[in-house]
Amino acid sequence: MSETVTDAIHDVIILGSGPAGLTAAVYAGRANLHPLLVEGVVEGGPTGGQLTLTTDVENFPGFSEGIMGPELIAQMRAQAERFGTSFVTEDVVRAELGSHPFVLETASGVELRARALIVATGAKPRRLDVPGEDELWGSGVSACATCDGFFFRDRHVVVVGGGDSAMEEATFLTKFASKVTIVHRREEFRASAIMIDRARRNERIEYALNATVARVNGADGVVSSVTLEDTVTGEQRDLPCDGMFLAIGHIPNTGLFEGVLDTDEEGYLVVEEPSTRTKVEGVFACGDVMDHTYRQAVTAAGTGCKAAIDAERWLADQDD
Amino acid sequence: MAATPVTDAQWPTEVLESDLPVLVDFWAEWCGPCRMVGPIVDQIAAEQAGKLKVLKLNVDENPATARDYGIMSIPTLLVMKGGEEAKRIVGAKGKAQLEADLAAFL
Repeated sequence: MSETVTDAIHDVIILGSGPAGLTAAVYAGRANLHPLLVEGVVEGGPTGGQLTLTTDVENFPGFSEGIMGPELIAQMRAQAERFGTSFVTEDVVRAELGSHPFVLETASGVELRARALIVATGAKPRRLDVPGEDELWGSGVSACATCDGFFFRDRHVVVVGGGDSAMEEATFLTKFASKVTIVHRREEFRASAIMIDRARRNERIEYALNATVARVNGADGVVSSVTLEDTVTGEQRDLPCDGMFLAIGHIPNTGLFEGVLDTDEEGYLVVEEPSTRTKVEGVFACGDVMDHTYRQAVTAAGTGCKAAIDAERWLADQDD
Repeated sequence: MAATPVTDAQWPTEVLESDLPVLVDFWAEWCGPCRMVGPIVDQIAAEQAGKLKVLKLNVDENPATARDYGIMSIPTLLVMKGGEEAKRIVGAKGKAQLEADLAAFL
């Protein structure tokens, strides 16, 4: 990390390296704000955000043939860099927003200072919180089909969830697994019609509906079954399988701002719509950390753009 | 010096018979978090040269070793000492955290 990065008071620091943070960086860079973008490593999920865990992104406008998620992020990052964004690759462990300039402390103890802050910390996969899940995490239990599906060639895996990501993960996993069982707590899916159709047409996908996972069973680092509980009758049964992939939604990464920024009842940061202003002046929020409704790459990018423009105008007002 | 690629065939000589403790990064092109850990592992390779041998194994091209060691998730880092698995680190970690995990072997 260069001296200029650590000593300076930056006009704007952006926290988060997904489409929201990177789009904010492109706009802030083009406004000559020389943004510093802190790309976290572990706490909030992988650097580059959730898109780095996906494969084909088919709904990002401008890519008529689709684009790989990691490639889209790499392009956005290069674009941000081209317009003068500097990067720090570390988790932030503390955010001091009570006085100006704001102070952020990184995992290695470096303090970064900024006049304006754009929070684009995203969300990370929700866990089931059932017995066996932690013990077998990385040994058959996973939240990343693109990372770990490879290890389940000709095996049987379950995918837990009923939204688009569950359908996508299940469909993707059939490239490797001989059978994929989608476990969903209701009869109906939340997923979009096109994703449900695609899964329905796939002969390797089976369903366990009105069922939740009560326990993951296994030993010596290998999953042997999941215990399913019928949500109607309460009956339990074991479903033999070799792995379990979670697609049960995400939890917004707001831990740094607890008690400082307001959250809604689902834990997402509250902004003064239609702007991206938070209740702390000079702090703006964009992307999945403040969006419990849409949560798309393109909406994240859209709010990232808004946050950069809001920050730019706020900084200009301060200088008047 | 970056992490050196290792193959299934080289595993016995490069890893099992190594005098130094060996850190092996199990990775693949299609794994997003691996791309993030890779540069950190390269830094560790450079900084710990002489104390730790740092290798990377592409699981696509070398499935046998990944299978033998029951690797079910990548990135996974194995520390091998005297031909035995001494530590297993599953999932992406930051540099400070990795260094703490490796401290016992340096």
